Amino acid sequence: MSEVVADFVVIGAGPAGMAAACEARSHGLSVVLLDEQAAIGGQIYRGVETAPSDRLEVLGKDYAVGRDLTSAFCSSGARHVGGATVWNVSTDGTVDYVTNGSSGKAVGKYVLIASGAMERPFPIRGWTLPGVMGAGAAQILLKGAGALPSGPVVLAGCGPLLYLLAWQYLRAGASIRALVDTTDRSAHLHAARYVTGALLGWRDLAKGIKLLAALRRHRVPVYSGCTDLAVEGESRVEGLSFRHGGKLVQVPASLLLLHQGVVPNTQISWSTGSAHRWNAEQLCWQPVTDVWGRLGETSLYVAGDSRAIVGAQASAVQGRLAALAIAARLGAVTDLDRRAAPLQRDFRRHTSIRPFLDSLYRPRDENRIPQDGGVLVCRCEEVTAAQIRRYVELGCQGPNQTKAFGRCGMGPCQGRFCGLTVTELIAGTRGVPPDEVGYYRIRPPIKPVTLGELTR
Amino acid sequence: MTTEALFSIPHTAVVKTVTIIIDGKSLTVPDGISVAAALLAGGVRDFRSTVVGKAPRAPYCMMGVCFECLIEIDGVPARQSCLVPVRDGMRIRRQDGAADLVTANLGDVA
Repeated sequence: MSEVVADFVVIGAGPAGMAAACEARSHGLSVVLLDEQAAIGGQIYRGVETAPSDRLEVLGKDYAVGRDLTSAFCSSGARHVGGATVWNVSTDGTVDYVTNGSSGKAVGKYVLIASGAMERPFPIRGWTLPGVMGAGAAQILLKGAGALPSGPVVLAGCGPLLYLLAWQYLRAGASIRALVDTTDRSAHLHAARYVTGALLGWRDLAKGIKLLAALRRHRVPVYSGCTDLAVEGESRVEGLSFRHGGKLVQVPASLLLLHQGVVPNTQISWSTGSAHRWNAEQLCWQPVTDVWGRLGETSLYVAGDSRAIVGAQASAVQGRLAALAIAARLGAVTDLDRRAAPLQRDFRRHTSIRPFLDSLYRPRDENRIPQDGGVLVCRCEEVTAAQIRRYVELGCQGPNQTKAFGRCGMGPCQGRFCGLTVTELIAGTRGVPPDEVGYYRIRPPIKPVTLGELTR
Repeated sequence: MTTEALFSIPHTAVVKTVTIIIDGKSLTVPDGISVAAALLAGGVRDFRSTVVGKAPRAPYCMMGVCFECLIEIDGVPARQSCLVPVRDGMRIRRQDGAADLVTANLGDVA
């Protein structure tokens, strides 16, 4: 087993983690950054260092700009441990991980959790069939392997990433059979309340308009305001059925990409026993921190999308702010407030559009809380919505108890892919707010490790 | 088991290739990509069947959170194939139901 000691240990090589590492290094702190992938970049800038020029062209400027951050990180003097799967984080700053079949320990005076976001589950009938994936997953295939759909693809759901992927596919010459948009039309009215903020983020708005114009130009069939989505097929996806303008529509599909936004990946922060609260605007859990991102009185900080969804640019700024606060605690920075002020202004600018986006692309209740009892909620242990409702009738109070009732959340994903659905399903059935039903008790090891790896 | 691939990787994107073996069949794939990406582009539609209902499953998230892409790699069952890069000569087997610890090669543990 290897052990390394540093002023600052960072988990996650996305924008927040890389920017935090750069900031900390600029104040002379020793930095170790751990990431599960071999290469830096996180999901948003995955493969950006090695992407050939035609792939950079297809993915667009907002992706290519990631190279500024990856090259700054590479020359920062921070130590990068790639392929490191973190399985335990202690509140005193100890991080246990495995890499290349052997185990390691990184002990930091302070630790930053920058574990990013994951796609929100999309629990509808048939979503477990082979050939159904997240749109973000398909984008990862494009970034990491240059892979494109072989035949016409169907995209369904809502949110900026869905339209962005469609635009990237069209630029790469891939064919889109249909875009099935689930955005609630009344959401436009609700979102209008936040239009002032959105105008401050006019660049993001203009980007969105450009993407939609490209879809029209390529004559991609776009179905708006769709409801009652169900995946068809027995052993693999064969199509998607949905209701559009009062009519039932069916489109054939061998590859169906679902997406309805991203949510914080909170597995690590939950596992430390830290407090979390329900974010009613973003419909997800978020860790409770101080303004700098510190979890209670621990040595742990959280920054970026794993703290609440803010996007890549704001995540980088938030990472810097957390690193500054830590540098100040270690005595390396004496004028914290003066240094933080311009970053805080940047953060507000980058997040001004967020309330507008959260409101416009609020995933429909029916796509988060399955009304169809046959929908699988826990994919690993194959527990349905009807079963979970039945557990509540029998006295089940929250997600943690569903484990005892029917192994819900006890499979290999450790609740990552059903936790939010189970929380909202139980809250809805009991008629209480999500904060009252709580979440699974997440315990280390938060990733599977073998005894063999622990002995090496 | 293998069929028309859902994803294709253009030749222009490939610098170097390696050969992996999936259920006894050789597959030439681009170097540097994940096992999951290689199998999806190689025509593997379902990676395993579930422990509870024996239902077919394939990768969903491609970033290590959904655990749907679990597959046996070089004798070790239930590896997250979206997180493991391909290596020349790698032997991969699809999993039917629960991983069988009795026949699994746990040599690396000893």
